[in-house]
Order: sequence, then C-alpha cells, then structure tokens
Amino acid sequence: MRPSVQRYRNILDFALSSLLRRKGRNLALICVYTLVVFVIASLIFFVQALKREARELLVQAPDMVVQRMVAGRHDPMPVAQAETIRAIRGVEAVQPRLWGYYYDPVYGGNLTVMATDDTALAVESVWVGQGVARSMRVKEGDMISLRGYAGPMLFSIQKVLPEESELVSSDLILMSPQDVRSLFNLSEGLATDLAVQAGNPRELPTIAAKIVEQFPDARPILKSEILRTYEAIFDWRGGLMVVVLSSAILSFIIFAWDKATGLSAEERKEVGILKSIGWESADVLLLKFWEGSVVSLTAFLGGVLLAYVHVFFFSASLFEHALKGWSVLFPRYRLLPALDGYQLAVLFFLTVLPYTAATLVPIWRAATVDPDAAMRS
Amino acid sequence: MRKSTLCLSLIGVQSALFVAMLLHARAQEGRAAQQRQSSAALVRSLGLTDLCLFTEARYTRHPAMADRHAAFQDHPMGLDHFPSGSLVAPPTFPSPHAPLRPAVPQHP
Repeated sequence: MRPSVQRYRNILDFALSSLLRRKGRNLALICVYTLVVFVIASLIFFVQALKREARELLVQAPDMVVQRMVAGRHDPMPVAQAETIRAIRGVEAVQPRLWGYYYDPVYGGNLTVMATDDTALAVESVWVGQGVARSMRVKEGDMISLRGYAGPMLFSIQKVLPEESELVSSDLILMSPQDVRSLFNLSEGLATDLAVQAGNPRELPTIAAKIVEQFPDARPILKSEILRTYEAIFDWRGGLMVVVLSSAILSFIIFAWDKATGLSAEERKEVGILKSIGWESADVLLLKFWEGSVVSLTAFLGGVLLAYVHVFFFSASLFEHALKGWSVLFPRYRLLPALDGYQLAVLFFLTVLPYTAATLVPIWRAATVDPDAAMRS
Repeated sequence: MRKSTLCLSLIGVQSALFVAMLLHARAQEGRAAQQRQSSAALVRSLGLTDLCLFTEARYTRHPAMADRHAAFQDHPMGLDHFPSGSLVAPPTFPSPHAPLRPAVPQHP
C-alpha cells in the first residue's frame, strides 16, 4: 500500500476509534440523522412519483372542460350548449360528460359514478374500479344495489377495472348514460360538463374566451390548468407535513450543531496531545473531516436507501394514515420509481456538507492554538 | 481486521446499493410506460381529469374540477381541514382557476 494511502487509513482508524469512544452518543446521532434524511427523501420520492404519474396520465385528459357555474357552485349544463361551442372555430369535438358522486351509506365511502358509451358494457351492468370491488367485497358476476332517485337499482358487475389503472379508476363505477340519469334523476337535456377537443392547443385561450363571452355562467378549465394544479399541489415543501417536519429538522439541526461545534474539554485536550506528539494541524483537520464524513455519509446513504424501499416497495406505508385521511375507499397503488438527480443532489448538499463543515470550524480553531494552551484549557 | 477496512466496506456497500437504486429506477421506466397504458386508455376514453388519490371530499377527489371555494382556493394559505392537506400544498398564487384574460376584444 502506498505511504500516502497508508497515512489516510491510519487517520481514519484513529477517527473511528475516537467515534467508538463516544459510542452511544454517536450512534444516537447517526440514527436521528438517518431518520431525518429518510423522512425528507421519502417525501421527495413520493411527491416526485405522483407528479410524474399526473403528468404522464393527465396529458390524455380533454383539452378543455367547460363547467356551468350557478351562484358560485358547479351546476349541470344544458347539452344544447355543446352545439354552440362546437360551432366555434378551432373546436374539433365536444363531448358531454355525465358523472357525479355517490355516497354509499352501507360502506360509508364516496364513489364516482360515470357514464360511458362503450358498447361492450351490457344493459343494467356496471364496471367497477378495484377500490369499489374491495370496499364492497364484490367480484365479477356479483350484483350491487345503488340507491337511486326512484328507489334501489340493481346492477350486475360485468368487469372489475384492471389493477394497473387503480390510480385513476379506484373509486369509479361506470354505467350507461341512461342508468346515470336514472340514478341521479338527471333530465335528458343536461350533462355534468362538456369535454372540448381543439385542433390547435394554442387556440385554447381564444376558444375559452369566446365560450365565456357566449355563456357568462361557463367556467372553462384548460388541460394546462389541470396539469398545473397537479404540479402545484404536490409540492414537498408545502402542506402541514412541512410544519411538522420543520420542527423535527430544527431539533436535529440544534442537536447536530451542538454535537459538531461544541468541543468538549476532553476533545481540546486530545487535540493538544496530538499536536504535542507531532501531528500537524492539517492532520487534526483531516481526522475530524473523516469523523464528520463517516457519520454524514452513512446517514445520507442509509436514509435515501430506506426511503426508496419505503416508497417504491412498501407504497409509502408510513404516510398511509395521512393519505387515507377520512376516506373509506382508499386506492392502493404501487408507485413507479421517479428519481430526480437534482433533488438528490440538493438533499446531499443540505445534509452531508453542512454537518461535515460544522465539525471542521471548531477543530480548526482548537488546532491552531498552542498545544500547551490546548492541554491546559 | 482494521476498523478502517470495515468502515470503508460499509460505505462501499451503501454506495453500491445507491448505484443499484439508480439503475433499478432507470430499469423500471420501460415497465412504467407499459403499466401506464391501461390508465392512459381510461383517461383518454372517459375524458378523466384527475387522479384518484383522496376520496374523502369532492375537492380532494377532483382538485382540478373543484369549486373556486374549495380549500386552498379561497386564498393561497387557507389550509385544508382534511388530513390529506398534510401532503397537498396550496396552489401557487394566482390560483390555477383564476379567470382567463379575454383573448377577444370586448364590444362596448
């Protein structure tokens, strides 16, 4: 082994012995440090994965959805308006959408009922999402009863939607437009909203403005706004989680800062002895650099790896309670890894570098004083 | 065995796992596209506008379609009273649902 490598190895050996002398304290530090990195990294991975799914899937959403607002609330829309909107230059197609919410009093869950024109759907049959099948404990071929306007309605479950689509379809019940109208007592001339497709997406703001001009009660929602909403709401820096996290992170910073910067009398004496037996200031700094690097690098790598397993193998099970909230029907989806190198680098620079730097400043001060003074202090 | 050997081995194993994690994420991209196909087909055929993440309230089930008065939409820091608000941040100001600027001239 080359002498220079041997020298580094010797200093690392000494640094590890020094860490092991205060075993309990340093072990606690590594555990808390790993936990903090784990929570932040889990949140970053989780949010990144959801953002990517939203971006990739909702790009297929309609170019524009037109709602009708009455007294500030969403109201069913006359289907006749679809013709007027279709006549606007640039509009390719207008499709009335028929959907609504159904509260299931038996299971206490909120379901989304939607009409589909799919010819594969049989009469008086429904297709249900995995979440609905799970919470109602039903499978293909079973019957379900929904409380309609005119009394209970019986439907046969023709298909349970595939597991892979659970992220968009978990709470869906798909049925024919006639059945949706009977269930909610919606008259023939009304739809929930209108899905508009435009040939040129750059014309959408103009089309939206023309719609609002013709129908002052209309509220156009562009696809770009839908995508922007999902970009905005999944922000790991936002939400109550960050309030809870910030107090935990602050406590950790105080703990780590105290550990890293506060040199005990014993450590000062150690520096004095090392210098008096011939160690140079650079060696002492290297010793502390190794100590700081071992602690922070182990914690960073451990925390990130645990977070990856937690989010992408165990579906972020620790966040489950916050995700479930008060909902009875809870979608189960396995998130697909979406790693952002930039955010990993930010996490590295925010966790490893400050700690390592914080260990160096006080030791540099101690290493530059006279060994005799350091030992007597 | 020297302590430094043990320590360097531990960091080496962690680093190798870290690289494996990056490779695993990269390898999953193809599978992700395949898995997304059935969801994308549903979104396209039904004209879906939202992900099914939180089913507890209308504005958490369909955040993109929610009323302007739903949580976080009154003002940017109007916090949600449902637990999912701990994971969902308020939209950036101005609200995504801010009225569109008319692109056509207004007639007097």
